[in-house]
Amino acid sequence: MRRDVQIGVVLLCHARLDVAAQMARIWVEGGARVAIHVDAKASARSVARMKDQLADLPGIVYSRRHRCDWGRFNLVRATQDAAQALLDAFPAVTHVYLASGSCLPLRPVRDLAAYLARDPHCDHIESVSALDVGWTVGGLNEERFTLYFPLDWRQHRRMFDWLTTWQRKLRVRRRLPKGLTPHLGSQWWCLTAATLRAILDDPRRDEFDRFFRLAWIPDESYFQTLARRHAVRIESHSLTLAKFDHDGRPYQLYDDHTLMLEESRCFVARKVWPQARRLMTHFPVPPGPQPDISPPQPQRIERLINRTVRRRLLGRPGLYMQSRFPRKDSENGKTSAPYAIFQGFSDIFPEFETWLAENVDADVHGHLLGPEMVEFAGRPEIGPGAISSSTVIRDRDPHGFLTALIRISPRMQVFQTSPRDNQALNWFIATDPNAHIHVVAGAWMLPLLESGMPFDDIRRVTALLQRAELTHLDVLNSVWVKARVHVHELTDFLARPQAMLYQSLQHLPLRPGAPADVPQMRDLHGLSDLLRRLRNSGLRPRLSGDALPLPEPPMTERTAAE
Amino acid sequence: MRLSDLPLPNRLRRRTERQYLVARAFNRRRALKSTVDRTGKIRKGDILAFITMRNERLRLPYFLEYYRDLGVNHFLFVNNDSDDGSGNWLSEQPDVSLWWTNASYKRSRFGMDWINRLLMKYGSGHWCLTVDPDEFLIYPHCDTRPLPALTDWLDASGRRSFPAMLLDMYPRGNIEDEIYEEGTDPFRIARWFDPANYTITKNAYYGNLWIQGGPRTRRYFTADPLSGPALNKTPLVKWHWRYAYVSSTHMLLPRSLNHVYDENGGEQASGCLLHAKFLSNFTEKSAEELDRRQHYANSKEYRAYHAGLRRGTTLWCSESREYDDWRQIEDLGLISRGNWA
Repeated sequence: MRRDVQIGVVLLCHARLDVAAQMARIWVEGGARVAIHVDAKASARSVARMKDQLADLPGIVYSRRHRCDWGRFNLVRATQDAAQALLDAFPAVTHVYLASGSCLPLRPVRDLAAYLARDPHCDHIESVSALDVGWTVGGLNEERFTLYFPLDWRQHRRMFDWLTTWQRKLRVRRRLPKGLTPHLGSQWWCLTAATLRAILDDPRRDEFDRFFRLAWIPDESYFQTLARRHAVRIESHSLTLAKFDHDGRPYQLYDDHTLMLEESRCFVARKVWPQARRLMTHFPVPPGPQPDISPPQPQRIERLINRTVRRRLLGRPGLYMQSRFPRKDSENGKTSAPYAIFQGFSDIFPEFETWLAENVDADVHGHLLGPEMVEFAGRPEIGPGAISSSTVIRDRDPHGFLTALIRISPRMQVFQTSPRDNQALNWFIATDPNAHIHVVAGAWMLPLLESGMPFDDIRRVTALLQRAELTHLDVLNSVWVKARVHVHELTDFLARPQAMLYQSLQHLPLRPGAPADVPQMRDLHGLSDLLRRLRNSGLRPRLSGDALPLPEPPMTERTAAE
Repeated sequence: MRLSDLPLPNRLRRRTERQYLVARAFNRRRALKSTVDRTGKIRKGDILAFITMRNERLRLPYFLEYYRDLGVNHFLFVNNDSDDGSGNWLSEQPDVSLWWTNASYKRSRFGMDWINRLLMKYGSGHWCLTVDPDEFLIYPHCDTRPLPALTDWLDASGRRSFPAMLLDMYPRGNIEDEIYEEGTDPFRIARWFDPANYTITKNAYYGNLWIQGGPRTRRYFTADPLSGPALNKTPLVKWHWRYAYVSSTHMLLPRSLNHVYDENGGEQASGCLLHAKFLSNFTEKSAEELDRRQHYANSKEYRAYHAGLRRGTTLWCSESREYDDWRQIEDLGLISRGNWA
């Protein structure tokens, strides 16, 4: 059964009346009747100019002007009056579409009529129960109805918040009019004339109006709630594409959205940037030979908008820049990709870095945080992303250095650390889930064997490095650690170096067939002797264990047994 | 006695400092002599650009063309005693108002007193862009949306300032090799930049981020990166006469204008100022600037350039990236579209 559909449009206009006039023209030329409400704040001159622009068109009525403030009841009052004027002036109207002066019809009005004609008794209004679901973005939900909101939030922000807080403390709870279940939804709807008349002529309308006058943002709840009372059948969606950001502000549409809007097949889109000329000349698309009744498919544009909301709220992990500088522990990802750190391995195997680079598919650096220079793989003067190899520049912002390096490199980053290196990043790395840390505790001592330094110097250096390592191990043993940490004692490692080494490589992207060999180990001759001398000089080499499984000359055995 | 020595709470100290800057700017009104005043043409809602310049005749034509295309409605120039005909050329442009001064650049806080003065008088209530003639603003979607789209969106989001970090651009070979010709796009020559070597620290007192790094620090300031040039800028501000730029356009007072970044992990929208400083006339210019000794911190920067320039001037390295468009810059994480979909 098909019936003729006559669309009437209630057009709420605030600013930019020139654009609103264009929109009214699109609606009227498409065959709709239009009732225009102009905000009382608009200047008389601009209203006169608008009326002038539309003077040649029949089928337009102007309703009584109210002052409109965001979130207040006067917006509902304006809608009511305009709807009444529309229904009075054009009794033949079967459907009423609520749109604003910056809502752009994307498809021909004829298509919309055909779409509505498929089910002429259906009301298209998003209407979600306020009690069950959190529909709102960043704001009050159920409390919109249970508290009193006599103030304008935009003008009396502090007072508004203060009042809300106190009402909560005093457990104020407004009583809802009998028979109403609060519903929320997009303020842009399309109701059948029958439903709308029922709402406007409801014998209890005064009672409802009184209630909603002090509710919060009634334009998102008044018709949504009352439609539930009168409608035959509700299709709970809005025909207007209107997305809000995390602050509840509507997204603006620009010329570059043209293609995506066309694909969305939505009937009306909001909110168009007034100077988006190409958008306004492109839409509405010219009607085809047959009315197109395909339903809107806004998923793609909604995905785009959700993506930008995510970008605004969570950002890109591991990025530190001029407009994203998260405070500690609010990073949403301290770094952007997994990376691995080897501590002590290059002390046990002097050629470890080259060996590792041959065996794994990753960028293997030397001591990136080293004291002499930033040892990028291949030792270039300027590293990936033009990062300088100057230690002074690096130490100015070590966090930035590491995160930028990881973010700019397409491959996994692997580097060596040591108690000799800059220790500023210990906590940062330990609390980063992307980090993979392998430590051989005490291995830093091995290079001292061949250093040829006087014993006094060795003792001093040992004391310093040992203290640095202990501090680092405290960090790695804390309860805050998020990185995957493997700490081996030097003694354990030396007992079965190959197995331990291969085990440490497990989580790295190994090249096929690798690892096939073991890198050359450092000559450990004299280690026990050195440890003994250190111990006897009053230092306690804590990390090396007591039983080093090394062939020692009998002489040492005797002395150690003293 | 210096302001910073007084035992004041920080809030009060910042307020005093701002009032001092505003008073100082007002006090400079007689230092500026109007050459051409077309400010009567400024309409409500126009976007204004404020520029201090000296001997920039070569760059000006492209500069004006670029910002006109972007949607700047009026240009307010301070001509610091140019002798290359810049003044004459500018005074013929229909959308330029021009002031002339021969006062000391250094003693006017590197021109900021003059700019603050003009901003105070003409900028109130407008979106104001304060740039140098070698700085070119790019922002997310700048290829499809003009500047008024951005400022309207900023207005709608309740933001009063927009950050744009300085991105130093340089040519592939020696800076002197390819001659820049008047009216052409400088980024056809200087189209390379450093993608990731920037250091950021937060300035707790003014609340701004202090960004350093880039090719200048990598090349000239390896031993002392702290004295390298600052790259953070907030060039686009919805002005109020009570506001003041503190040091170049790096930071502003009141402090809330500097808070252009998110600290909870999200991203705010931001742009970039492409810096066309390193063109063929750079050597000549830096020698001149060094002679005048009118620049920040005893012209330390220009000294470093000069020392570096004598050794030949290539800023390019194998890790430099070639500039493509704003999307590339955004992917690299130098700018962000924030929630401007």
